[in-house]
Amino acid sequence: MSLLALERVDKVFGGLRAVREVSFTVEPRAIFGLIGPNGAGKTTIFNVITGVYRPDGGRVLFDGQSVGGLDPASIATLGVARTFQNIRLFRAMTVEENVMVAGHKLHKAGLFSAIVRDAAYAEDERALAGRARELLEVLGLSQHIGDVAGSLPYGSQRRLEIARALMLAPKVLLLDEPAAGMNSAEAFELERQIRFLRDELGVTIVLVEHNMSVVMSVCDRIHVVDHGETIAEGSPAEIKVHPRVLAAYLGQEDEAAEARA
Amino acid sequence: MSAPAPRKPRWALRAAVAAAGVAALYAAGLGVQAGLIDYVQRILLISGINVILAVGLNLINGTTGQFSIGHAGFMAVGAYTAAFVGVHLAPHVAAALGAGGVADAVTFNLALLAGAALAGLTGVLVGLPSLRLKGDYLAIVTLGFGEIIRILFNNAQFLGGATGYSGASAAGLPPYTTFFWVFFWVIAVVTLIKNVTFSQTGRSLIAIREDEVAAEAMATPTTRLKVLAFTLSAATAGIAGGLFAHLQGGIRPDDFKFDKSIDMIVMIIVGGLGSISGAVIGGVFVAVSLELMRDLQQYRLVLYALLLVVIMLVRPAGLLGQRELGLEWFKRRRRPTESA
Repeated sequence: MSLLALERVDKVFGGLRAVREVSFTVEPRAIFGLIGPNGAGKTTIFNVITGVYRPDGGRVLFDGQSVGGLDPASIATLGVARTFQNIRLFRAMTVEENVMVAGHKLHKAGLFSAIVRDAAYAEDERALAGRARELLEVLGLSQHIGDVAGSLPYGSQRRLEIARALMLAPKVLLLDEPAAGMNSAEAFELERQIRFLRDELGVTIVLVEHNMSVVMSVCDRIHVVDHGETIAEGSPAEIKVHPRVLAAYLGQEDEAAEARA
Repeated sequence: MSAPAPRKPRWALRAAVAAAGVAALYAAGLGVQAGLIDYVQRILLISGINVILAVGLNLINGTTGQFSIGHAGFMAVGAYTAAFVGVHLAPHVAAALGAGGVADAVTFNLALLAGAALAGLTGVLVGLPSLRLKGDYLAIVTLGFGEIIRILFNNAQFLGGATGYSGASAAGLPPYTTFFWVFFWVIAVVTLIKNVTFSQTGRSLIAIREDEVAAEAMATPTTRLKVLAFTLSAATAGIAGGLFAHLQGGIRPDDFKFDKSIDMIVMIIVGGLGSISGAVIGGVFVAVSLELMRDLQQYRLVLYALLLVVIMLVRPAGLLGQRELGLEWFKRRRRPTESA
């Protein structure tokens, strides 16, 4: 059974149909690419999946259960985590605290434990900090653990968002342009990390990204949208040569050649 | 290096420290009563009450990043409740325990807790509908709430209406509020708020302040936590109200006007929004400066406004910003270099 499925999802803003009958399914342990030109509706689709927007038509199924209409916190608790295109870190908090915030599943002691500082509280803090340290290690951020999040370089902030999302112990991780603002060495490292998340942590990945070399290299399936509509779906090899993708997404011949290179 | 690994609690040690602390505080209270003139004592007690108000309000306005400007309303609920409960409870407690210091202490603390409970309940009632609002809108609702409370007390004849409430006796409310009890509650409230702030709950509150959309995406129950912060904050203002009532000997609705709420905002902005130690400093600062400006009465709001403008120009984040003074602060500061 597919882990995440969209069935003819619509999203309308006033007179604009931002998403129009988009359907796709993501299999467990896939790295699924969602691409399209600027304004195609990719982030809107993410916002519908994560409950920021309510779909105006169709259904979003996670693990066979309809999640349309649930609030973002409930959907996150079910196991759908995300990062943001325009980085949304808790800027004044340390790197470690940013990650710990998402550790609700490791947080077992109640508020009373924190107030009286009992053993359950100490155990909780240890577990949260320990898991945060592991995830920061995975994303290569260990040396920044005590730094204020807002002071990190851009690429590190994007990786911190991933570490924070992983703290939810998600089944599906939605990455919204994780390579934006990264240089090619950082992007290459990101590819390795994305594969690691799937292979070692068993997380299913849905990736929105404009960096085609990253998309083509890590994704095993790619879904292409333009003007809110599906125009193609297939393997990276198929998408690279798909005529509608070349026409709509890449536009001109020379850019198409560049993407193929 | 990362978060200071919390040690296993050693309850016996804690009990010993607490007992020693209470004894020291009691001795200090005797010393203050014997050694300081009434005027200075009063400033000390008002400072303590302000610290409770500021540290509590900071949990909403500083830590959680919501803007509440009706806190005098919660203080009023606590003050009237504690005064009323105290007056009606005292004979029963005296009958059970025999009149004297112990009975007074029991009556007073039960009255304070009743005030905290009712203020906290009011916090829930105000918070549930209004915390869906953000920024200016929330500020206006809380402002309106503060005024509604004051007008309710103005018209509550069984609580004396506009002339205020001072119990049945001509001497007014009993002067339960001593140095010992004020600072006992200061320590209790500051410890409570500090332990809430430095926990997963506190991290989540700060996350709401920093980016509510991201906090929700990280499964943070934002509405529940905001109501929790509002409730705790209101309850601590209730304690402060009860202490204030039994310091004054009587309370009037006009003691809890809008400018009282503004005083509290000044306390936390002067100290640094989001800093507990800043709120402590701000609370003392306002108590002392109010005393110094007593002769200016109605002009002090002008001075406050000027002061706020100066602080915004010179130290936009307040005296401490979001930093904390104390051991935790030094640990925090050291961490980055250790990990480098």
